[in-house]
Amino acid sequence: MDYLVRFAQTHETFRLPEIHACATLAGVDIEILSYYEFSPYCVVRAPNEEAMRTIAKRSILIRDVFELWGQGTNYEELHADVPQRSQHRWKDFEHSEFAFRLEYFGGKCNSSSTSKREILTSFTYTGFKGPVNLKNAEQQFFVMEEYIDDVEQSVLKVAPVEKPRKIFLGRKICDSCRDTVLKYDLKKRDYISTTSMDAELSLVTANMALAGPGKLFFDPFVGTGSFIVCASHFGALSMGADIDGRSFRGKEAAKLGVYENYKQYEMPSKFVDCFTSDLTNTPLRRPQFLDGIVCDPPYGIREGLRVLGNRHGKPAVNVIIDGVPAHLRPGYVPPKKPYGFEALQKDILNFAVRSLVTNGRLAMWMPTTNDEAVEFPVPMHEDLEVVSVSVQSFNNWSRRLITYRRLPEGEKSDVTLGRTKTDDQGHRADDLNLFRRTFMNRGHVLKAEKDNETTP
Amino acid sequence: MKVITANFVTCAVKECKTSPESYPLHFHDAELEQQEQEFQPEFIRNIVPRIDWDALRTTSNELGFPSLPESKPEGEALDDEQILKDLHRLLLETQVSEGKLVCGNCGHEYMIKEGIANFLLPSHLV
Repeated sequence: MDYLVRFAQTHETFRLPEIHACATLAGVDIEILSYYEFSPYCVVRAPNEEAMRTIAKRSILIRDVFELWGQGTNYEELHADVPQRSQHRWKDFEHSEFAFRLEYFGGKCNSSSTSKREILTSFTYTGFKGPVNLKNAEQQFFVMEEYIDDVEQSVLKVAPVEKPRKIFLGRKICDSCRDTVLKYDLKKRDYISTTSMDAELSLVTANMALAGPGKLFFDPFVGTGSFIVCASHFGALSMGADIDGRSFRGKEAAKLGVYENYKQYEMPSKFVDCFTSDLTNTPLRRPQFLDGIVCDPPYGIREGLRVLGNRHGKPAVNVIIDGVPAHLRPGYVPPKKPYGFEALQKDILNFAVRSLVTNGRLAMWMPTTNDEAVEFPVPMHEDLEVVSVSVQSFNNWSRRLITYRRLPEGEKSDVTLGRTKTDDQGHRADDLNLFRRTFMNRGHVLKAEKDNETTP
Repeated sequence: MKVITANFVTCAVKECKTSPESYPLHFHDAELEQQEQEFQPEFIRNIVPRIDWDALRTTSNELGFPSLPESKPEGEALDDEQILKDLHRLLLETQVSEGKLVCGNCGHEYMIKEGIANFLLPSHLV
């Protein structure tokens, strides 16, 4: 049977990867029959209604799911399609309490209330005899008209349309778990910082990495724990590490900030540990013990991209103060040095290859300046398969969520199209990190231009 | 720091990576805390195969727990609720709140404060 999925009209490039991840979690094969980035409607072929329910219950970017009873580019086509697709189902709902509703996407409803009623009563051939209940009928049928919304109009420079370009009839099956986004809203969370990832994309990230009960998840740049909290929401037990222990600990004495969030969301048993460490010199060296890795590595803009070690030129010696090695004295803070962005990506992939179980996933965010966005080579490793790449765009930069699957031993992926960039030579953050340099410099240029405008 | 995490970490010093003495790290002056957690048998069943059993036996002895069976529970033993509950108690409910983890090879000490271990290295050990 075919199903109509209604997506949220946002984060478009994440929608298909997420629905596929949810299908993988459900162990269901689905086929996407029609999809368009400017439309919320997507037709999916799935084995049965139960499969679609399971998928929807895990999805953040789906709004709701319908059994597809008909579609067309106008009402004539729709009415011709409905009997073909759904006649065998009419008897099943003959005596059910039901309601028909009309909804629109991307356009004004030009129809007067009489024509609205005409539309809704034009399906009487289904022969339903049950009582009508407009509020919460057991069976809800939706007539959905799709117009061209203002985003598509402005992006593709197309004119609005008077009449719907597509009309669907669907029997509602279920809502998704999109309301989870409200529960994890940063505004209502006890412990956050300026770089905490928002709830919606954190939950999607956890979905991409296939978080679930019985699994162990890890974030090597845990910060305030946005990702691991979301992985744990879906049932995984989680660990986190950060080179700066203050980020997950917080300022309140005797309280662990990230753990406070776990308590707030009533799942303290899903929290394993947070510890202070550097991914490049990580103490985690066991092979194949993680089911998923979720992370947003530091970009070197708002948070420093640093690893352990002395800055260039300073000799690394064991300093002794009053007969005690400095690093054993209380309050010792190890020195950190700027590190290359590409080198860090490489460290992450190598860590994932070693630590993930077979088919375990790495869901990693990566920033790009828009100059680079046209041809964007993804970092690759022959033991990892790139499952999907999704983009979130901002004004002058964008970031990508790249999802990888750990391949079974013996299987190799083709990495010829992979990112071959290396870091520039140098020792300063600006020398090492192209993204930082481009981002910062452009800021300066823009500012300079502005200054020039105001000063005649 | 929970006992399960201790089973996944080794000395972060590069020269120690190849030394068998650097794993497991040894708890010194450990202050223990028991914290009741929801029993999640599915997790224990999944994680036990990934545990280094000899290392876990060492850790458990050092922390003064009754000794674990010589071989890792496998197959049907992982359906035995009592075995899973005992492991749950050791791996997830037992925490070291204060103390050190010490490398058996280089002797480096990693401090644990308020349950948080610090694995950062001074520059001459990186």
